[in-house]
Amino acid sequence: MSRISDRFAALQAACRPGLIPFVTAGDPLPEATVALMHALVAAGADLIELGVPFSDPMADGPVIQHASERALLRGVGLVQILAWVEEFRRRDSTTPVVLMGYLNPIEIYGVQRFASQAVAAGVDGVLLVDCPIEELTTAQPLRAAGLEQIFLAAPTTDAARLEKVCAAAQGFLYYVSFAGITGAAHLDTDAVRRRVTEIRQRAHTPVAVGFGVKDAATAANIAGFADAVVIGSALVDTLAGSADAAEAVARATAFLAPIRAALDALRTDHAA
Amino acid sequence: MTIDYHRLPDAHGRFGEFGGVYVAETLMAPLADLTAAYERLRTDASFIAEFDHDLKHYVGRPSPIYHAQRLSQKVGGAQILLKREDLNHTGAHKINNTIGQALVAKHMGKRRIIAETGAGQHGVASATVCARLGIPCVVYMGAVDVERQAINVYRMKLLGAEVRPVQSGSKTLKDALNEALRDWVTNVDDTFYMIGTVAGPHPYPQMVRDFNAVVGREARAQMLEQYGRLPHALVACVGGGSNAIGLFHEFLNDADVAIYGAEAAGDGIATGRHAASLAAGRPGVLHGNRTYVICDDNGQISETHSVSAGLDYPGVGPEHAYLKDAGRATYLGITDDEALAAFHELARTEGILAALESSHAVAQGIKLARELPKDQLILVNLSGRGDKDVHTIARREGLNLM
Repeated sequence: MSRISDRFAALQAACRPGLIPFVTAGDPLPEATVALMHALVAAGADLIELGVPFSDPMADGPVIQHASERALLRGVGLVQILAWVEEFRRRDSTTPVVLMGYLNPIEIYGVQRFASQAVAAGVDGVLLVDCPIEELTTAQPLRAAGLEQIFLAAPTTDAARLEKVCAAAQGFLYYVSFAGITGAAHLDTDAVRRRVTEIRQRAHTPVAVGFGVKDAATAANIAGFADAVVIGSALVDTLAGSADAAEAVARATAFLAPIRAALDALRTDHAA
Repeated sequence: MTIDYHRLPDAHGRFGEFGGVYVAETLMAPLADLTAAYERLRTDASFIAEFDHDLKHYVGRPSPIYHAQRLSQKVGGAQILLKREDLNHTGAHKINNTIGQALVAKHMGKRRIIAETGAGQHGVASATVCARLGIPCVVYMGAVDVERQAINVYRMKLLGAEVRPVQSGSKTLKDALNEALRDWVTNVDDTFYMIGTVAGPHPYPQMVRDFNAVVGREARAQMLEQYGRLPHALVACVGGGSNAIGLFHEFLNDADVAIYGAEAAGDGIATGRHAASLAAGRPGVLHGNRTYVICDDNGQISETHSVSAGLDYPGVGPEHAYLKDAGRATYLGITDDEALAAFHELARTEGILAALESSHAVAQGIKLARELPKDQLILVNLSGRGDKDVHTIARREGLNLM
């Protein structure tokens, strides 16, 4: 068992919809990241996605692009990010942490070196946006070291391909709710529900849904049929411009609390 | 064992360890559709006939090979021959590719075309073919490039394209590519992404090469006809590398033909202000393919520098990365100053204003000619004409034309 599968098993047992906030490591301020991670957990996060900033984030919308740019201006890199995860782990040994980013920073760091250091730091999984199942061999050292490789499924993923994605998936499957970039557009919840229902029948992992989840209402909507909800751009946008770590923590807490409450209300409804 | 270079890429779009498909999941399906359509079309007789017809009657092919006699005499070494891609409609080799991709888009029933551009040449070539097809064209261009290439921006607008300045990242070509990919991922159903160089995910490096390979096919036949032999050496400038691979490809299996790529060394490779991905970069992943990239120790893509906007790119086509590692081609850096000197030399000896990109190839050709005997033939790809660069050159020389 891994921290990720343990966590999803516990969620399922408690009929609790999972909440996965995403923050870009080092944003809004490098000194805020570890405090933010703890605050997110305190506000109801079940798993944390930590974005690894990249100069050319081709799948991201303006909000996460700008967060990456801010973090890079402050010199945030993998050495520091792994140190933050290690620091987080000293006080939290159960909340899974998934790093999300692009291949090149990890390639240049050295995939093998990154894999062993990430495991040692307490990272549980890696989601490499530009590494589809076809390029699995690139990421082989990650799996070999014990990092779970999270894959995306998209509205454009056809049935044959979905089989392969499900077969390769570890940890959980991340369903991209619409064809587009992070933080964009509105959600066609019915279309997402149909697709996620289909995917959950095929997948041997839990299914989380992200891209375009903006607030408590959309989160609750999605949580009605998915194992977990990922919320990224709206949170990152909320944190932008915080004067210090304390303000970032306060903003994160205020942002996440009503979303957690909406998801929990859903559980009560189901129970009733 | 000899390598058959014409068999590459493999079915996964790989040239050895380079190339591949490194994109987000949402783009995998449209790329598979494009690959299937292109695989079908590239051997389809009527598609090939349509492409050839357009190249002949619209682009004005074949482009001649011209013996730069006065330049050769002045250099005093090998004979410099120029493949005159500058004489094509729109003034560069870029049109070969956009004609081809426009036909693919038409066959796939796409109703909207997007493109990225650096100097604006590919943007103009894309706007040109879209005007001819009567379908809307959106060109992404870094905000910095929009400023430095005002004339090409206006040309695109005259041709009916919408130019969208890109404000993210370094606001140059690489960011325009990111933004075009973001557009594509958002509009996968009706949109065709017309990539302007031999980079990007498979099948682009192969498809763009194939459409530009007409340059080398013509050149090989012209050399045999005009000189009764193949050239001793080929020279072309390499940014993304589409004109270079277009010339090189037909000759890759001719072991006696030496192959040189001229990269933009900017202020000099040692200064760090350059765009020489092969000479000074390292293997990594950028814009959907594994190739040599210019990045820092954190894997962040670096801002590049070249006087020539068309070479100002931190990656390079994966086939070039492969040819470098295989030792089949040699890639050397040409500085801004060397390129400018070659620009002037060619203008004064031959009456040809070369594009700044192509001036890098001319500079490399001149260097090489000096080292070789007079009876040897060096074929330089004059990939584009320099009208677009007149303002840049004037500015560097302290003149203000407007």
